[in-house]
Amino acid sequence: MASNDTTKHGQHHQEAFPWKHIIGFLLSLVLTFGSLWFVLGSHLPSQAVISAIVILAVFQAMIQLFLFMHLTETFGPNYQQFLIFFAFFIAFTVVAGSIWIMAFKSYVA
Amino acid sequence: MNPAVRHFILTFFPHNVLELGADGAIIMASLAIVFVLTYFKKWKWLWREYLTTVDHKKIGIMYIIAAITMLFRGGSDAILMRSQLAFPNEHFLSANHYDEIFTTHGTVMILFMAMPFVIGLFNVAVPLQIGARDVAFPYLNAISFWLFFVAALLFNLSFVVGGSPNAGWTSYTPLAGAHFDPGPGENYYLIALQITGIGTIATGVNFLVTILKMRAPGMTLMRMPMFTWSVLITSILIIFAFPVLAVDLALLLIDRLFGAHFFTISAGGMPMQWVNLFWIWGHPEVYIVILPLFGVFSEVVATFSRKRLFGYGAMVVSLLAISILSFVVWVHHFFTMGAGVGVNDFFGVSTMLIAVPTGVKMFNWLFTMWRGRVEFAMPMLWALAFIPTFLIGGLSGVMLAVAPADYQYHNSYFLVAHFHYVLVGGTVFGCFAGMYYWWPKMFGVKLDERTGRWAFWTWIVSFNVCFLPMFVVGLMGMTRRMYTYPAGLGWMPYNFVETIGAYGMAIGFVLMVYNIVYSIRKGERDLTGDPWDGRTLEWSTTSPAPEYNFAVTPVVHDRDEWWYQKYVDKSKKEKPVIRPIHMPNNSGRPITLAAGFGLAGFGFVFAWYVPAILGLLIVLICLGARSFELNTDHYIPVDVIERTEAAAGRL
Amino acid sequence: MAYSMEADMEHDHHIDTSKPMEYSTEDGSLKIFGFWVFLGSDLVLFSCLFTMYILLFRNTAGSFTSQQLFDYPTFLSETFLLLTSSFTCGLATYSMRRGMKNATIAWLIVTVLLGLGFIGFEVSEFTKYVSMGATMHTSAFLSAFFTLVGTHGCHVSLGILWLTSIIIQVAMRGLNPVTTRKIFIAGLYWHFLDVAWIFIFTVVYFMGKVL
Repeated sequence: MASNDTTKHGQHHQEAFPWKHIIGFLLSLVLTFGSLWFVLGSHLPSQAVISAIVILAVFQAMIQLFLFMHLTETFGPNYQQFLIFFAFFIAFTVVAGSIWIMAFKSYVA
Repeated sequence: MNPAVRHFILTFFPHNVLELGADGAIIMASLAIVFVLTYFKKWKWLWREYLTTVDHKKIGIMYIIAAITMLFRGGSDAILMRSQLAFPNEHFLSANHYDEIFTTHGTVMILFMAMPFVIGLFNVAVPLQIGARDVAFPYLNAISFWLFFVAALLFNLSFVVGGSPNAGWTSYTPLAGAHFDPGPGENYYLIALQITGIGTIATGVNFLVTILKMRAPGMTLMRMPMFTWSVLITSILIIFAFPVLAVDLALLLIDRLFGAHFFTISAGGMPMQWVNLFWIWGHPEVYIVILPLFGVFSEVVATFSRKRLFGYGAMVVSLLAISILSFVVWVHHFFTMGAGVGVNDFFGVSTMLIAVPTGVKMFNWLFTMWRGRVEFAMPMLWALAFIPTFLIGGLSGVMLAVAPADYQYHNSYFLVAHFHYVLVGGTVFGCFAGMYYWWPKMFGVKLDERTGRWAFWTWIVSFNVCFLPMFVVGLMGMTRRMYTYPAGLGWMPYNFVETIGAYGMAIGFVLMVYNIVYSIRKGERDLTGDPWDGRTLEWSTTSPAPEYNFAVTPVVHDRDEWWYQKYVDKSKKEKPVIRPIHMPNNSGRPITLAAGFGLAGFGFVFAWYVPAILGLLIVLICLGARSFELNTDHYIPVDVIERTEAAAGRL
Repeated sequence: MAYSMEADMEHDHHIDTSKPMEYSTEDGSLKIFGFWVFLGSDLVLFSCLFTMYILLFRNTAGSFTSQQLFDYPTFLSETFLLLTSSFTCGLATYSMRRGMKNATIAWLIVTVLLGLGFIGFEVSEFTKYVSMGATMHTSAFLSAFFTLVGTHGCHVSLGILWLTSIIIQVAMRGLNPVTTRKIFIAGLYWHFLDVAWIFIFTVVYFMGKVL
């Protein structure tokens, strides 16, 4: 393919400096340290710590999806966003449903 | 004889007369196929036209032929089981042999008969219905097929080398764990399903992308044919359900081969978690093998009633509702685990809810026929047989959804009757309806009506003779999977009748094969491309469709576009301008890659790691070679297209 | 019959310069969307492995617990290597979109090296546990741990092979609709592995330290 064609392609899609990526990277570092602080620094009860770090993880996953993976970028209908959200719904159903169902031992015991 | 060889033969090959006879028959049949191909010098033709093809129409045909073969295989299992149960206290089959047979019957019928049949219909019809040249990823489509094919071979190989799996098609742990079931049979099950599952996920991705991205211009989502809608929803189910099966199978294999403790009783394993994951996949799976057939019925009922499908919007909404609900009902397969009142209530209610959208669809089919000019052609007969059969199956399903009552029905013949009424009445009848409907599009010849009716009526009567008594004998207390039963319980008359029905279905199958063979020789040729006065785009091209499907991509104005073009659109038709058509190249790599998977799988079955690693290397090399490949496609020049079209009388 | 020529063009092999290069052919945009769909499937696969881990991680069979095994320096190093590699992989895609072939190759090489560093740490972590006697056979907890983290590790290893093959292709053939599409898709894959790792360090390592 013509490599001089490259310059024409989508330069206007891209800012001159990768701000999005740098902000995303810094935020992910901050969130990771945040989790670390909750585990080591805060002296909250363990249930609270777990809730906090799971929430931070969700935020961090969203950074990857939106800032790095361009989940919202689309040329035509945005089916991928719907599919990824549906995948998260199924994943949640599998994890939460299994925990709920497999707690059956406490009934049996 | 070398003692090691002797040990190998005694361990891995059967030594009872029945199995040896079956092995002999398999070997003879394979040799006969090889001989016929060689004698008629068909190898080159087979390789060029089929083994290396990436054409969705040919792949669909191969899927359907394989599925019919597997129907024979699974049906033979059924005949053996019914023969054993015809009278009390029979010991024609040993307990272990009976276990192997019901295991392979279930596995083959669901994963190597229903799945390929349904996917074959996807391939045959979907690209044609949406006006596309092929699926989105034709090369991947070929890989999917060959993975299924190799997996089916591997699974059936278990019968000859090493012994079949014998823990039921659901393969519950801890029974299926290494401790209670050390033989290689269970490994065959795990690995063959894993390989075909990978292919199925690829198929799901392929058809989702095809339908969402490759529809002809003008075909909005709400103008898609109902079969295409059902395939779209099914693809979503495949994409999100099959990875769960993949994990479940992989974990049990890791347990068995590497001594892990996921599903063992010792060291903190959780055997019921196998069951849980299995049904998280398993319940969507039963919708994967029924929803596309709902689509087939919608097409068939509308076509043979000469009417637009009634309640299109409601059909789409109910498909969506069924697909979401199907992911939140799985516990109804194991209510008796004792998960507690809250869990069983939730899943009981969600199960009953599925009856609502299904009922909506039933009424829509009935209202489509209402005041239509119904023509009782073969596809329509199968669709009409489906409605009452599936109704019985569905309503007995609602009975099973009542958790407290389920403690009585669970694992009884009542359940066996229920799921055969939905799976045979829905899936198998639907596959037959689809096969009769699209057969002219696949081969350019209609299946004969007269012999077809013989097969149809034999099937329908025998099916009910076989399965209706099972409801009764189930309520009388007969449990599934028992290899023999004592006299004096009053079960014998029912079982005897059931066996008669099973043999009747076998006769029905033979008649159907006769119907096909007769039609190939003497059937009515379809020269119009539109033998049923159809409504959707697949009937606008020739039968069989040319390699490129449509000389010019159609533009869609209406839900029943072909009907619209035939009877509504009065505007002057301009002469189409033909341009070169861009098509993918054939490739021998998909079959090689699948063979690599087969070799690796065979190695893992016996924990022989040299062939296992060698097979995986072949897979990796094929993937790498594809990545570097430059010539992946070609253009069909205009004069070739014009010649093809002219030969079909289309120019 | 009503036909349109533009319709036929759409299915043709032509290049639409108004889109970024990886999306500019029909084949490219189909494959990118197809890969998103695959990632949805892979997400559910990981969710099952997480389910197993969450259900089994207390079942230590009287042997090693997560508290005894995990140490902060190892898993934090793994985390930072992978987070940084995701960042550099993003920069590779960014450079690719600006048509800078050499910068793209350079960032991809950095990504692969960081990935190799991650795998190195993980292999040494696993070897350490095994040498302590904490293997898959020991307990359900360790079976689930090795399988979940190992599956992620396999994904990363495969990603390294994949990126290497792409680097060679870009060096040989430059940035064209085919190679840019490959870079973009491999980038999606690599970022997705980071998403999975975020939940692994939260659910496996941090929660293993808290509970």
